[in-house]
Amino acid sequence: MSISVNKINKSYKNVQALKDISFDVKPGELFGIIGPDGAGKTTLFRVLTTLLIPDSGNATVSNFDIITDFKSIRNSVGYMPGKFSLYQDLTVEENLNFFANIFKTSIQENYDLIKDIYVQIEPFKNRRAGKLSGGMKQKLALCCALIHKPTVLFLDEPTTGVDPVSRKEFWNMLKRLQLTGLTILVSTPYMDEAALCDRIAFIQNGSILEIDTPNAILNHFSKKIYNISADNMYQLIESLKAYEHTYSAYPFGECIHYSDKRTDLKINELYEFLKLKGLDHIIIDQTKPSIEDTFMALAN
Amino acid sequence: MKILGFIIQKEFKQIFRNKGMLPIIFIMPFIQLIILSNAATFDIKNIKFSYIDNDHTSFSRALINKFEASKYFHVLTDFPSEQLANSAMLNGDVDIILEIPNHFERDLQKEKHINLRVTINAIDGAAAGVESVYINQIIKSYNKDIGLKLMQPNDLQITALNIETIPSFWYNKTLNYKTFMVPGILVLLVTMITLFLSGMNIVREKEIGTLEQINVTPIKKSQFIIGKLFPFWVIGLGLLSIGLLIAKVLFDVPIIGNLALMYLYTSIYILVILGIGLFISNFTETQQQAMFISWFFMVIFILMSGLFTPIESMPKWAQMITEFNPIKYFVQVMRMVMLKGSGINDILPQLSKTILFAFIMNGLAIWSYKKTN
Repeated sequence: MSISVNKINKSYKNVQALKDISFDVKPGELFGIIGPDGAGKTTLFRVLTTLLIPDSGNATVSNFDIITDFKSIRNSVGYMPGKFSLYQDLTVEENLNFFANIFKTSIQENYDLIKDIYVQIEPFKNRRAGKLSGGMKQKLALCCALIHKPTVLFLDEPTTGVDPVSRKEFWNMLKRLQLTGLTILVSTPYMDEAALCDRIAFIQNGSILEIDTPNAILNHFSKKIYNISADNMYQLIESLKAYEHTYSAYPFGECIHYSDKRTDLKINELYEFLKLKGLDHIIIDQTKPSIEDTFMALAN
Repeated sequence: MKILGFIIQKEFKQIFRNKGMLPIIFIMPFIQLIILSNAATFDIKNIKFSYIDNDHTSFSRALINKFEASKYFHVLTDFPSEQLANSAMLNGDVDIILEIPNHFERDLQKEKHINLRVTINAIDGAAAGVESVYINQIIKSYNKDIGLKLMQPNDLQITALNIETIPSFWYNKTLNYKTFMVPGILVLLVTMITLFLSGMNIVREKEIGTLEQINVTPIKKSQFIIGKLFPFWVIGLGLLSIGLLIAKVLFDVPIIGNLALMYLYTSIYILVILGIGLFISNFTETQQQAMFISWFFMVIFILMSGLFTPIESMPKWAQMITEFNPIKYFVQVMRMVMLKGSGINDILPQLSKTILFAFIMNGLAIWSYKKTN
């Protein structure tokens, strides 16, 4: 196993950030940790990158123990924290050189690994890192995390605050990196990115809710999902919550995602109910459940 | 060893790109030395002097003339009454009121003895003391003049016995205040800049988040700390050199002692300050916090260093506290070596205490660094 986590617990003063976390990541896998803000994603990353010592439990990264063998881990993993944390007053090239040097390697030595990404920022190599755009900073950070040819790459919310086009581009880069045999552990609060991972783990309030491939997780979802919209969205959601057969109702984009307690929902019946509540322009149709629907169902 | 070199190289690059740090390093020394050395003086001049002459005779006028002739006194007014003089003192228009009594000349001639009343504004106690000495000197010299005038043949035997002291001021012949202040301000400069910059520098890595990235690399903590502090050690010694140059060229302060000894002591002293800086940065999260705490220690250290006020005149308990003040020893050593030409044996007590501090502070700093990170 590339990463093996066994019953990790970690508490801050009065919050238990991680509760009995266990999972395994196979070599060469792109594994996603999906969860809302404050779920414990960053804490988990800090434990696995040897920045934090867990209260109990054990874990190995590249078969090195995170406590007794932390030095070996630091030599063999790449870590990209959620917050941009390179030297803003050094240039792109100087940052990359510095990180290469402290790992006793050079840009030339591992150039083929970062080439795809680096060519995009190379025109700005004499610009200070602080003056780069968000997407460029992220690419530089990824280069710096890769420059010593790590066996495992940790990416903590790499796409938070990045525009949709750059996000897509970034995931393409990850897919290409995965082809080199690199194991990647990535966390994200975006449910749509979950589908791009080989396997995902849902995490909430420090506990893992479910671990599986995105498709398998979708199949777990047994309820039918309906897209409902009307002229008054606020009243619509209030009415649905008051409806006796409602299993769940939550906003999803411009509509409300609704599921019913019964297996055979009569759309007409629901339509009449909403009409009675004074709503107009009501549209109800069935839709495919998404990863987000699954998460909402699990989190309930 | 190679990694250490890369860290130091990176550190210097960052220092020279920091628009906040550069002026502090290169402009502050000049401004502090040039302005402070001229402004921070205990010489008291332009004393606002006034008098009430109730006698109006040639004797009283001669006394006033003596004051007018002195370069320290600025004779302002002649008040007709004590009341007016007092209200002027209350307004802060005058510092000194000399009251010459009625029948000053007559009594002096008849009884050879008279009392003069002098009122001094003593809000600034130190200044009042100095003023009082000046006044006494003038009156003493007036006494001598008048004594000759009033002398009668039969007094001759008595006045012959007159002891006079002629002081010789060693190490600072002309009592030039700058000679005393410049070495002290040099100390201030080296201390302030190395403490502030080193404290802020490490916290900065924490604040920006780069420390987290560094911690996931194989860099050893000792390499990181030494790499971060070494540049400031160099800058501290550089500041000493600039300061000594200014002292010599601009203020013509004598540098009698051994330069190598000064550098040896300073290089150890900076280690103490860097240790304090590191210690502070371990307990703070932002550069602002580090700055405030550094200031707090700095102000206490400076005021209790003997730089501006002599330690000997502090209460006993305060003197005990100054034993733990590294700046005190640095001020002493700089003055001793620069002005007196003291050798290594003379500064041995200060040197050994500074080495001890260097070990204690850096030990504490490294211990707390491990604990908090």
